[in-house]
Amino acid sequence: MEGDIANMGQFIGAGLAAIGSGAAAIGVGHVAGNFLAGALRNPSAAAGQTATLFIGIAFAEALGIFAFLVALLLMFAV
Amino acid sequence: MATDSNTSGDTQTAQSGSGRVIAFGLISVAVVLFILGLMDDYESGLSIHPMDQFIIEPFFGDGPIHWYTVTNSTVWMGLAVLAITALMVLGTRGRAVIPSRVQSVAELAYGFVRKMVEDVAGKDALPYFPYIFTLFLFILFANFLGLIPGSFTSTSHIAVTAVMAGAVFLTVTILGFIKNGAGFLSLFWVSSAPLVLRPILAVIELISYFVRPVSHSIRLAGNVMAGHAVLKVFAGFAGALGVGAVAPIIGVIAIYGLEVLVSAIQAYVFTILTCVYLKDALHPHH
Amino acid sequence: MADEALVAAEEAAGAAGMPQLEFSTFPNQIFWLVVTLIVIYLILSRIALPRIGAVLAERQGTITNDIAAAEDLKRQASDAEEAYNKALADARAEAQEIIAETRAEIQAELAEATAHADAEIAAKVAESEARIGEIRAGAMQSVEEVARDTATALVAALSEGKADAAAVKDAVAERMQGGSQ
Repeated sequence: MEGDIANMGQFIGAGLAAIGSGAAAIGVGHVAGNFLAGALRNPSAAAGQTATLFIGIAFAEALGIFAFLVALLLMFAV
Repeated sequence: MATDSNTSGDTQTAQSGSGRVIAFGLISVAVVLFILGLMDDYESGLSIHPMDQFIIEPFFGDGPIHWYTVTNSTVWMGLAVLAITALMVLGTRGRAVIPSRVQSVAELAYGFVRKMVEDVAGKDALPYFPYIFTLFLFILFANFLGLIPGSFTSTSHIAVTAVMAGAVFLTVTILGFIKNGAGFLSLFWVSSAPLVLRPILAVIELISYFVRPVSHSIRLAGNVMAGHAVLKVFAGFAGALGVGAVAPIIGVIAIYGLEVLVSAIQAYVFTILTCVYLKDALHPHH
Repeated sequence: MADEALVAAEEAAGAAGMPQLEFSTFPNQIFWLVVTLIVIYLILSRIALPRIGAVLAERQGTITNDIAAAEDLKRQASDAEEAYNKALADARAEAQEIIAETRAEIQAELAEATAHADAEIAAKVAESEARIGEIRAGAMQSVEEVARDTATALVAALSEGKADAAAVKDAVAERMQGGSQ
């Protein structure tokens, strides 16, 4: 951290990549919220769809994990 | 008569109450141990190394790591094997029609995964149930054992999750071609879409198919790694603040609870995605 | 020694930063992971899964048997209840019958006794009436005789002659008739 411009770029890039985690949070919240809205309308069908819920959350979360991974790579591996 | 029922009720309440107290006490002790261990490491102010906990070292002595060296990762994998054996073999040795607590936990896990395979991948996927159950139990126990303070989490390493995800990917792909021949390629040819769009969709489907093992492995390793790193960062704050670190300790406790949840959910998600991929191999038509 | 380890760790950390990307440890991890998975698979498929499957099947069987037995017992109980109800109904009907029979018998006896008594009473009444009639006729005759004798005596006393017995008798009879009318 002593005036190295490349290091600065790394840290800024890592911080920017971490924004992706927030985007993934929005996505996961969207999935869960819509599931809840549907489940409250038709509670009898909700139990059979929890697996779908988790698969949806997993897909949405995977992209956030990618962003996290990019941040980690920038911080430690580059 | 009335006193009898009263005393039995009291005993029951006392039992469940003491169970709760014991669980809470164990968690508290674990968190305190964790933090104490960290304070030992970080006496020299705020220098947090959240990734150091993932370093693989030889378990006995020092030296280079050969492919056969017993490392900390190996030891915790072995402990996972022991725990699984204790639950699934020792716990069920009574073969009781009316199960004991441990046996009913084992039966619960068995029924849970079996129902998942049957519901998601179909009845003809049941021959692959032992493989899926193996993956599920290994991930679950590795995750949970990794939450013991001072332990090592094997599943936080991409090498481990990538091998499992790659094995699932290869198995599913080969199985798809064996079961369906060239018909397996219809997985990429979306027949319900307009004809113009189909080649584009085929490219997208192909890419998403090959991204599967990547996301499958990185999801598990990334979740576990992120959780442990965040725990370490908070614990580092606690170590820097010393005795008055109330807020970081509360944060560590909250995130620890979240990590317990994440451990179970990630094992579930890995397993259910395996089932979904298996379903694609057995029934590739949309 | 600890310092050495620390230096080695720092060197490793400096080399790659992320322990996950320390490729030199990959063969080790992969080898032990494969060993672990194979061991777990063997334990599960050889011992645990058949055992749990058998226990679950046995439990299912026990439950099915128990349900069947319970069904059987329930059927027996309902049969017994039915028989009991039937017996109760039979007994009640019999009792009803006996009551009706007895009542009819008593009724018949009563009717007979009543008829008998009625007949006796009627006979007595008739006899009494006959006797009353006789008495009345006797009395009437006595009255006529007395009236005739009195009339004859009166006629004899008034006309100082011998009264015509026949004429007196007619006159008395005529008056008596008129009087009685």
